[in-house]
Amino acid sequence: MTDAWRLYRHYFALSLRGQMQYRASFLIQLVGFFCTTIIEFLGIWALFSRFGSLRGWSLAEIALFYGVIHLSFAFAEIFGRGLDTFPNLVKTGDFDRLLLRPRSTLFQVIGMEVSLMRVGRILQALPILLWGAHSVGIVWTVGKALLLLGAVVGGTSLFLGLFVLQAALSFWTVEGLEIANILTHGGTETGQYPLDIYRPWFRTFFTFVVPLACANTLPISLLLHRPGALPLLGSLSPCFGLLFFGLALLAWRQGVRHYHSTGS
Amino acid sequence: MRAYRSLVAARFRVLLQYRAAALAGMATQLFWGLIRVMIFEAFYRSTTRPQPMRYSEIVTYIWLGQAMLGLLPWNFDTEVRNMLRSGSVVYELARPLDLYTHWYCRAFAQRVAPTLLRSLPLLTVALLFLGMRLPPSVASGLGWLLTTFGATLLNTAFMTLVTITMLWTISGEGIQRAAPFVVYLFSGMLLPLAFWPARMQPLLHFLPFRGMVDVPFRLYLGQIPAAQMFGEFALQLLWTAFFILAGRALLAQGTRRLVVQGG
Repeated sequence: MTDAWRLYRHYFALSLRGQMQYRASFLIQLVGFFCTTIIEFLGIWALFSRFGSLRGWSLAEIALFYGVIHLSFAFAEIFGRGLDTFPNLVKTGDFDRLLLRPRSTLFQVIGMEVSLMRVGRILQALPILLWGAHSVGIVWTVGKALLLLGAVVGGTSLFLGLFVLQAALSFWTVEGLEIANILTHGGTETGQYPLDIYRPWFRTFFTFVVPLACANTLPISLLLHRPGALPLLGSLSPCFGLLFFGLALLAWRQGVRHYHSTGS
Repeated sequence: MRAYRSLVAARFRVLLQYRAAALAGMATQLFWGLIRVMIFEAFYRSTTRPQPMRYSEIVTYIWLGQAMLGLLPWNFDTEVRNMLRSGSVVYELARPLDLYTHWYCRAFAQRVAPTLLRSLPLLTVALLFLGMRLPPSVASGLGWLLTTFGATLLNTAFMTLVTITMLWTISGEGIQRAAPFVVYLFSGMLLPLAFWPARMQPLLHFLPFRGMVDVPFRLYLGQIPAAQMFGEFALQLLWTAFFILAGRALLAQGTRRLVVQGG
């Protein structure tokens, strides 16, 4: 385990050094990721200034949802971006090489790229989250801080799980499937708002099939003491994200078993 | 002229090969549109304040936006970038064609081919099942068609200009990354322009980007009277001419100092 950790740190350093070779480009991309998402919040702000409130939620409360989901996605992207190029490994047959090495395949794939410019997303999500928490007037306790942290952990595991599933699919399809972006990017888009503003079927899907609720309504309703908040499920919410990640790992293992090399 | 026409036709045939990608893209856009429709639905149910658009108009606006997404200048020609990186851009320079027109034609086909493929089924589904409405009059519909054509010319000119800036930056960062946000924010794609605060309206009205999305869509809805279509179209053409002239000037500058990579 410590050995794996050391190796990951090594991967991390290599990846970092690679990205730092093009420093200007790195900075521009960082700013780029900052801008893309901050624009979204600008749109939400404009809507609130027109409509006043959203089904009883205020802008500051929505800022919490927004912050949590974007932080989760950002962390998942920083660590899971190596999975993005994975379909190419299958297509070219280069995955064979990974199978020969004495490390878990997923570990190697994830170690391929640590995409630090996604920090740009964190830089915009965190201030918005803190602003929201401040305006709502949350009285911080250890429990509440843990709840918020848990929401981000749950969300990160959920998105990482989705990345793994998306990559694992290419064991069967060989071609990468763009359509899975619906769940990752679409999930982020959806999770910017509390799930209860959506239609029932949609809410059900993002609660029971893809448990987005674990980084959304469950913990945040509890944090804000909304009527109808579920204390037990709310505090357990990170577990659902982790569970989803675990299931994705099983799917990955099945995929590796199914893998037939395309040859060189 | 014939050369450019066949260039467009060839690019069309290449781009229309990706039918599975078009299907995936359509599914993504349907999903995206649905999320946005639901968000607006919730907002409209939360207020009695008068809004600049009715809910049914917003729904139509959203689906038009999803259908016309591909026309927007936000993914740039990566092949031109690769040409610049690898140095094979010299072949482009050696062709007996005007380089600007050549790149403009490429960009035009790149906008139009995938959009045609995606938008027709998407609009059909949206009109039949998802609450999108037809334009209130034939004239509004014609105004939409005319200004959509104008928007395509405008988008292409803008995109070609951005492509040309790659002669300087090569890596394809910077301007190429900033341009999509500007377009997204100021065109009406992020939010129909009427929803932005009143003090922003003069700026939004002045910028060329409203001609990319907001103008054709509001003509479709009848919010801009059909009688104004020719004025709006002329404005689109004016901005198109501006971007073309800027692009040509930049290209002339760029080819003079171009250092070809590779050997």
